[in-house]
Formats: sequence, structure tokens, C-alpha cells
Amino acid sequence: MRARSAAVRKGSNLFALGCSALAALIGLAFLIWIIAEVFYRGIGAINWDFFTKLPAPPGEEGGGLANAILGTMIITALATVLGVSLGVLAGTYLGEFRHTKIADVVRFLSNIFVSAPSIVIGIFVYAVLVVPLGNFSGLAGAISLAIIMLPVITRTTEEMLRLVPTGLRESALALGAPYWHMVWHVVYRSARTGMMTGIILAVARVSGETAPLLFTALNSPYWPTGLLEPMANLTVTIFNYAMSPYEDWQIKAWGGSLIITVIVLLMNIGTRTLVHRMGRSKSGEGH
Amino acid sequence: MFLPPEIPVKVKVRKLNFYYGKMQALFDNNLDIAENRVTAFIGPSGCGKSTHIRTYNRMYSLYPDHRAEGQVILDGKNVLDDDVDLIDLRTRVGMVFQKPTPFPMSVYDNVAYGIRLKLKLSKSELDEKVEKALEDAALWDEVKDNLHALGTDLSGGQQQRLCIARAIAVEPEVILMDEPCSALDPVATYKIEDLIRRLKQRFTIVIVTHNMQQAARISDYTAFFYMGRTIEFGATDILFTKPEKKETEDYITGRFG
Repeated sequence: MRARSAAVRKGSNLFALGCSALAALIGLAFLIWIIAEVFYRGIGAINWDFFTKLPAPPGEEGGGLANAILGTMIITALATVLGVSLGVLAGTYLGEFRHTKIADVVRFLSNIFVSAPSIVIGIFVYAVLVVPLGNFSGLAGAISLAIIMLPVITRTTEEMLRLVPTGLRESALALGAPYWHMVWHVVYRSARTGMMTGIILAVARVSGETAPLLFTALNSPYWPTGLLEPMANLTVTIFNYAMSPYEDWQIKAWGGSLIITVIVLLMNIGTRTLVHRMGRSKSGEGH
Repeated sequence: MFLPPEIPVKVKVRKLNFYYGKMQALFDNNLDIAENRVTAFIGPSGCGKSTHIRTYNRMYSLYPDHRAEGQVILDGKNVLDDDVDLIDLRTRVGMVFQKPTPFPMSVYDNVAYGIRLKLKLSKSELDEKVEKALEDAALWDEVKDNLHALGTDLSGGQQQRLCIARAIAVEPEVILMDEPCSALDPVATYKIEDLIRRLKQRFTIVIVTHNMQQAARISDYTAFFYMGRTIEFGATDILFTKPEKKETEDYITGRFG
């Protein structure tokens, strides 16, 4: 009886282990497949022109996606400036004044916002900004991406500030530091690796967003000339090109996908290195 | 509870009550802290020593539901009054905490932090003050070649001396020490005790300690706390040899706590 139950236990253990290993392998296989496919199909589109030239007219060979690359950089940079400054401030409020009524409300709202579908945010910005202003614009695109980043940065900032020991805050205040000075010079310094990680992950997340840009920045075949005009960007260009009947455009869509994939990959690797460094300095405190 | 009239008093505590929300932690504490002397607070865990000490620099004001009533009179002024400027108070009453709390910056910047808040100095004047504070804290020889190393990379005992250097660098009048040696090994503890003995010529020192031998070694006066009350107070040698109250005797002879 006992021998059998041991066998059963071993068997079920093996079965569960096998299942989870299989699940992990399937997930990993798809990931590798996606990356390999994007590289395989996209690498052909990558050449000097791709980064320096405007798109060729439909049906013609050649040209590049320089305007879209530049546009994506502008939109993402602007979104980052807006999202990071607001998000860090909001997160600081939640982390430092965590017990106030307003903090509870803000925390609740930002938790809901984290899971808001990006297309909803796109439509929202379309309704409140694009329609009243009368046209699609890079600014509207940046704002919609900033809104997507905001709750992510708010939450990670709050969480990172909470990890800062109370003793550190009290020590600075005990030296006669004003509260803001203590937060700026001691708390941020202590939490900065974690905050940077949150910011990079948020930027990585929005750099692949398409839906909100479709309603806001739209797209353009020209160089970006102003924030209040439609602005070329990689994700919407990929969307348009991939749907087009022209083979050259389809290859360029793969090329654009490759670039975004590489950038997001690099950001994630950068984050890993940061987290690793943070972990090291944490364990270093003990000696 | 009170010092003889000929001894100069730096802090007078009268009818101090303290509340954590609805829970009362201190009950009518009365105490005199002698100027330029070391006063030790002893008593079992949770008896209110730390709570008491944290009223002197209003550290508790950071927490909305912490509340103190009564008088903590520093040079004639009740620091519990609403009109007290906390920044000014805390530059006069410094604090060293139980766990070393070096800031995540260089040794130099740690010490310079408080000085920079208080004074605008030239680089050389600042260098001088940092060096002086580190020397006073008996840390200079160990860090002088590496002032730009991270304060958090020092050993525990060095970190605590760095925190003491940081506290004395702003030249406070009173230094509060909340179990400054409880996280340290005996050698580091010895160094800090030695330091405290030297510093009392310039500062009024109040130290909370769990270690009765430590209180006996370094303090001039000792207060015994029990259940949120100041039970007994007096010259350290007398309190330890001829305690008046039963609770004090029980505690110092190790019958409880």
C-alpha cells in the first residue's frame, strides 16, 4: 500500500513537472520563433537608405522609413518627458503621503488605469484633443502614450519609495533637512535604480503601441515638421505597410518590426542589468 | 526626577504624555537632562525610552497620529509648541539611530549633508569641517584616503561612527542616541563608548540603551523607565548601587526585563 502511494506521488510529481516544463518550452519556442521570423524577414529591408530616406511612392522600389523612425523618437521622447515627470511626482505623493484620502483615490484610479486598453486611451485623446484642434498631431500621439505610461511609472515609483527604510528619512530630517530636500537628495538617490527600471519598462511598453497612435498622430509620408501636424511613426507605418499589396512595403514593415523589436529587447536587457546591479548593491549592505 | 539646583539643566521634561493614536505610551514623564553630561535611559523593551527621546527633536511629528502633550523645555522654550520651527530645532538637537543609516552617497557627502543645509561654505571651509567631524567621531584615519567611497560600503561600526560624525558636524547642542550600539560588535561598541565620553565636553548627550553595563560605564545620570513612566532618576553610580524603587532594583539585578 505504502509503496504504491509513493509511486503514485512520484508519478504525479513527474507529470506536473513535465507539464510545466512543456508549457515553458512552448512559450519559449514561440518567443524565439517570433524573434527569428522578424530577423529573417526584416533583415533584408535594413540598409543605409532605410534609416536616411523618405518612403518611396506606392509601387516604387527603394526609399526608407527615416521619417517614421524620427517621428517615433520624437513622440516617444515627448511622451517620456510628460509621463515620467507626472508619474514620478504622483508616485512620490503616493509613497510619501500614503495615508491621505487623496492618495487612496489616486492609487485606486492608477491601478485601474494600468489595465486600461490602449485603444480606449487613443479614442479618448482623439475626442478631447484631435477633434477640437481639427487635425491629427504628433502632440496628441505623445499625450496618449504619456497617459499609458503614467500609471505604470506612478506605481513603480511608489513601490520603490516604499522600499526606502524609514530610518533613512528620519536621519535626514533629524539633521534639519526640509522634507522636499530629504526626498530629493536621500530618498530618490536611494530608490533611483528601481525608478529607472520602471521608467525604462514603461518606455519599452509604449514604444510598441499602435492603436493609440492610429487615432492621434496618424501617420505621414513626410518629415515631421511640427508637433501639431500628423507625424510619421514606425508602428502605424508597419500597420499600413503590412496591409498593403506592395511587396517592397511589406518587407519594409518587417524591417520596421525588426527595429522596434531590437529597441525593446535592448531596453529590457538594460533593465535587467540595472536590476542586477541593484540586487548586488542590496546584498552589499549586509557586510 | 530632578537635578539638584546647582547643576545646569539643558532639557526640562514636565508632565510629558505621548499617544500613538488612541494608545497612550508615556504617562506624566518628568525629567531633567544635565548640560554637557551623558544621561542614559534604561528599562525593558517597550517601556517608552525611545518614544520619550523622540519628543526632544519632534521626530514623531512625521507621523500624523502620533501626539505629545506636556512640556519638553529646551533652554526655556517648550519644543512641543506648535510655533516651534522643526528645522531649527533639529539643527540644535541631533540624533543617532539604532541601525546605522548612512545615506547612499560618499563618506564626504554624508558628513557634508547637514553642514550644507545650514551654511554656505567654500570648498576648503567645508573640507575642514568634514575632516574635523570625522576626526571627532574617530573615523578620520580609517576613511581619509577614501572619502569618496560610498558610506554604505563601510562596516557596521564605521557606518555608525559616520552617522555620529554627520550628527556632530552641524554642531548641535544636544545629541540623542537611540540604542546606537545594539547592532554593533563589542569592538565597535567600545569605540563608540569611548567617543561618547569625549564628546560630552561639547554636547549634552542622551542615550537609550538596553545594556546596563554600558549605561554604568558611560553615563553621569541614569533614568529608569517602566511601563511608560519615569520611575527613578539620579546619578548613575547611586542609581545602580542604591536604587530607591523596587522596580529599579528588580530590573538592574536582572529579576525581570
